This record gives sequence, C-alpha cells and structure tokens, in this order.
Amino acid sequence: MKFPFRPSAPPRVAHGSAILVENLAKDFGHFRAVDNISFQVPPGRIFGFLGPNGSGKTTTIRMLLGLLHPTSGAATVLGYDVARHATQVRPRLGYVSQRFSLYDDLTVIENLKFYGRTYGLMGSRLNERIAVALKLADLVGREKELARNLSGGWRQRLALGAAILHQPDLVFLDEPTAGVDPVSRRIFWDLLYDLAAGGTTIFVTTHYMDEAENCEDLAFIYNGRIIARGSPAQVKTAMMRGQVLELNPDNPALALSALRAAQAAGALSLEEVSLYGAQVHVVALAAEKIVPSIKKALKAAGVDPGPIAVIEPTLEDVFISCVRAADEEDAAAIPS
Amino acid sequence: MSSNHQPAIIETTGLRRVFGETVAVAGLDLAIAPGEIFGLLGPDGAGKTTTLRLLASILEPTAGHATVAGFDVRRDKAAIKRRIGYMAQAFSLYRDLTVIENLNFFADVFGVRGKQRRARVDRLLAFARLTEFKGRRAEQLSGGMQKKLGLACTLIHEPEILLLDEPTTGVDPVSRREFWDILADLHLQGATIVISTPYMDEAERCARIGLMHAGKLIEHGTPAEIKRSVPGQLIEVRPAQRLAARKLLAETPGVHEVQSYGETLHVFVDNARDGQKIIGRALKQAGIEYSGMRPIEPRVEEAFISLIRRQSEQEQAP
Repeated sequence: MKFPFRPSAPPRVAHGSAILVENLAKDFGHFRAVDNISFQVPPGRIFGFLGPNGSGKTTTIRMLLGLLHPTSGAATVLGYDVARHATQVRPRLGYVSQRFSLYDDLTVIENLKFYGRTYGLMGSRLNERIAVALKLADLVGREKELARNLSGGWRQRLALGAAILHQPDLVFLDEPTAGVDPVSRRIFWDLLYDLAAGGTTIFVTTHYMDEAENCEDLAFIYNGRIIARGSPAQVKTAMMRGQVLELNPDNPALALSALRAAQAAGALSLEEVSLYGAQVHVVALAAEKIVPSIKKALKAAGVDPGPIAVIEPTLEDVFISCVRAADEEDAAAIPS
Repeated sequence: MSSNHQPAIIETTGLRRVFGETVAVAGLDLAIAPGEIFGLLGPDGAGKTTTLRLLASILEPTAGHATVAGFDVRRDKAAIKRRIGYMAQAFSLYRDLTVIENLNFFADVFGVRGKQRRARVDRLLAFARLTEFKGRRAEQLSGGMQKKLGLACTLIHEPEILLLDEPTTGVDPVSRREFWDILADLHLQGATIVISTPYMDEAERCARIGLMHAGKLIEHGTPAEIKRSVPGQLIEVRPAQRLAARKLLAETPGVHEVQSYGETLHVFVDNARDGQKIIGRALKQAGIEYSGMRPIEPRVEEAFISLIRRQSEQEQAP
C-alpha cells in the first residue's frame, strides 16, 4: 500500500519527544491510580503501554489526552504541558477507544463525514481526507454499506480511518484488535507501521502480550507503576528473572506433577512450572546449572526427560516475572 | 494426524449448524481423545461457540452427527449433561451472591448434597484459589477471579469432559497463567478439556488444536505439526530502515512474504540458507544496514495467516 497521509506540516516535535512524562501521579481519594511514572516516546514510534485491567493504563491515557488533571508531575504532549494547554493539543491527537463508537445505522461514508465535521473539516478538504481514509481502510467500493454490516476487521479499520481524518500527530489506540481475526490484525498493524513511517506517533495499550510484540518500544505498568521498559528484545534479555527451559518429556503430565512435587518439597528451586501441550516449561534462575537436578527428579519419577533447551521467553513470561518481582518488593517493604 | 490410538471421547462427522442464511458450522469432522487438552482456535464468528454448544447438546445440529462420551447429542441429552461441564463465554454467576453461595447454588442444581457437597465446595475453593474470598460477592471479584469461580461452579458435579468457551478472554496475563495452571491440574486428574480461544498464543498450551475459520476446521494437529505445515522457512532480520526494507524484500525474487514485527521483519523463503543469502544481498545492494538475521520457528499465528491466505488463493483459482 502507498503511503497517502504525509502530514502537511512537520510534526511539532520533530527532534524532541512526542510524549514526555515526568513523575506523573494521580490519586482518587486515598487510592493512588498512577504512581510517579516517567517515560518518553520519540516521534514516529509505536509505543506499547501494557498492563492488566486496573493497572493505571486508562487513567494515564486520560491524563495524556488532557481529560484528567494529574495530582503531581507533568505530561508534555507534542511540546505542550497537557494539563494547561489541552485545547491546543487535542486537535493534534487521534483516539480509537476500545469500544469506538461508529454509528451502526449510518453508512461508511456517513460515519466518515460525521467524524470529519466534528474535527472541523469542510468542503474539498473533507472530501480529500475521506478519500484518504477510505483508501487506508481499504473500504473503497463499500462507501454505502451500513457500519453494522461490517465485520470486526473492517470496523476497526474504519475506526482508524475516522481517527486520522484530521491528520493527528499522535494517535492513541486502546486494545485495538481484540476479537479481530489474525489476517485482519496483520493488515491493521501494517497500517500502523505505515502511519508511523510517515511521522505519526502511535500509542497502543493492551493487556494482550502477543500483540505487544508488534511494538517498537514498551512499558509495563502494574499497580500504577512502570515495572519494565525497552524494546521487546531489550525487555526479553534484560528484565526476565531467570531463564525458560523447554522440556520434551515422554510423559508430560507425569513430568509436570513430578516437578511440582519437587518444587513444593523444596528439592528443586523453580520459579515456575507450566504445561505447554506436549512440553513442560520451567522458569529457573541459573537454568543451565539446574538441568541435571531436573533430569534426576524426572528419572526418579520414571519419566524420560527428553531434550531440554533454553528458549527465548515470551513477553508474557517476562511480564509475569516482573509482576512477581514487584509483588515481592512490596511484600518486603511492609514492616512486620 | 497425531498418533492417538485411544478411541475418541468426542467425535463429530459432517456436523453442521445453520442459523437462517448463516452457516455457523459447516461440516465438522473432529475426534478428541480422552484426557486431551484440545484447543479450538479462531477469530470471533469462526464457529467456536456454536461448535461447543452442539457438543454440549444445547443446540440441535442441522445435519451430521456428534457423540460425546459415547452418547448421541440429539438423543441422549440428559446423559451428556451429567458428564460434561459447559462454561459459556458469558457464564452467569449470581452477581449479588457470595462466592460460596454461588457454589452452593450450582450444587443444588446438580443435586450434590450433604457431606459430599461440603467437601466438594471446600476442595473447589482451594483448587480455584478462592478460599480467602469465599464471603465476597461475585460482582466484587476481578474479571480473572470471576472466571475461576465460573470454572469452579462448572466442576461441582465432577464432569469428565469440560467444554470451556473463551474462559481467558479479557483476563489479564497473570490471571490467565493461573487459569491455565488450574487446567493443567484438571488434566493431571484425567479430565478431557475442549477450550476455545481467540488468542493464538494459547495454542501452545494445548496438546492438539483445531483452527476454525468461517465455520470450517481448516487445520488440526499438535502445535508443532501446525507450525510445520507452513511451506518454506522463516527468517527474522532487523533492518535500519524497516519500511524501505519491507518494500524492497517484498519485491525480491525468492521471497514469498514479508511481515513487520516490532523492530524486526519476518521474511518467508523457500529454505533458510539460500533465503538468508538473498535477503542479505538485496539489503546490501540497497545500502540498508541490518543485524540479527536468523532462521526462526513460525508462531501458530503466522501459520494460521499463511493457511488462510493459501486457502483463499485456492478458492480464487479457476
């Protein structure tokens, strides 16, 4: 696909940060939803903001959109202090929420016209931008279809098309591809890469770690705090506590119960033991040193351990490892 | 496909279900062995929920046959219901009842009484890691805990077969891992588990998977078999100018497909050795620097995309 939406004006912050967050915090009564977070996103990057529900993702986005006032700290978005200059920044932002409200009883083109006018686009400029959005969403020829008749993948692309009508410099996407089929998901991500290559900064939230592999930069947020940062590759190498071993035992069920028993009895120091189909994954510190003890425990249970290899952790492995470390730190910090 | 010689505990032939004009399940042939964890994978609308409802004998098939634990889904509904635990996607807990009241309610429904009931409720609370929350109202539980309570309620009559419809959708990663650990415990106790999910990475958790698309089972086998079904090999490379590299490689002879993936590109080629040479040469000629070139194993998601693309190409061919 050709890239048709080069911004007419250069981004406001060609060399600085599209987003700069410093010690940002938000309290709701006694509850601290966002706890002194700091990060920055360079222009044109695809940044993934990951965390479980209730971890502070939405509160952070609402502060970045200028909808919510921080308790302390600062957020600079496209060069503006967003708490004070929300009205200047907001026209340069696009937002696709999880339940982006397309009008089901309007056609594709009517939806785009509606959103375009909301952003203050008119006349030939509106038509020009709608043509671009239709091309982006691959909806040319389906202009008169009702939004309700579009499948999940098409709807998502139409929502993205509507959100970039006004050529925003920064687009926020909240759980963008939940429930969308893998082929449509692939197409959607290719659109995001094209947008980013044209200079648009993309901020994606998800609790779906598989999706996060598509991002160039990541931050994990948990209990309002950022517990890991970096590219997917950096996060995998630097933030994982221990290593993942992949076991191919002849009897996976028996191997799983033997290793769990050894773990419970304190005979083997394992962070985690999980069943993966015909394989068993073990997370352990100094994994390679522990391999002989694992083999011994399995043989004692009558299981042929099969080949054992160190494998690359998934982002989910890393996230869970970081969460456990954060929980332990919290537990240690509570005076007994 | 897999070397399973046990007779199937769930078997379907030509199973079909039509709603008006919509073909939800289009002729399904499936055999699931006792004690297996079988994953039904596919996007929204692929036919996963309808398949599970047909197996649970909640829906009548339009055509075809299905047996569950040896019983026919049309004729032996009562026998099937005693042996299965079906957890719907929107499993209805009583939101204003506590955790333990919900369990007791489901025990009543299935006629589990007296001492047996008390023992089972205690065991299920511990099993689902909910003992310390037993007095909490269901509506005050997190999404992950609600799913665990739903599973515990599904287990109250000790079914041998579990049919779980997207139990991990919308659940955070930590709860999701815990949920799978609980499923592994059930597997160790010998339960047969059929679980549907839209998340391709959960395929790795299953002994065998079936990939559903538009009502059809387009492929089934172990995760390793599914990944091997992708023709050619996959090379990962980390170029400096990713967009330019993607366009260049997509047009390079010998390259079948290029996918962006974070900072990397995934390039499908016929074989790893020649493929790496072709990619390296093309990038060097264009003056694009790169690092980290290596052959990698495709993920189930990539295998799925490749399968669907090949299938639609075949359909379009005259």
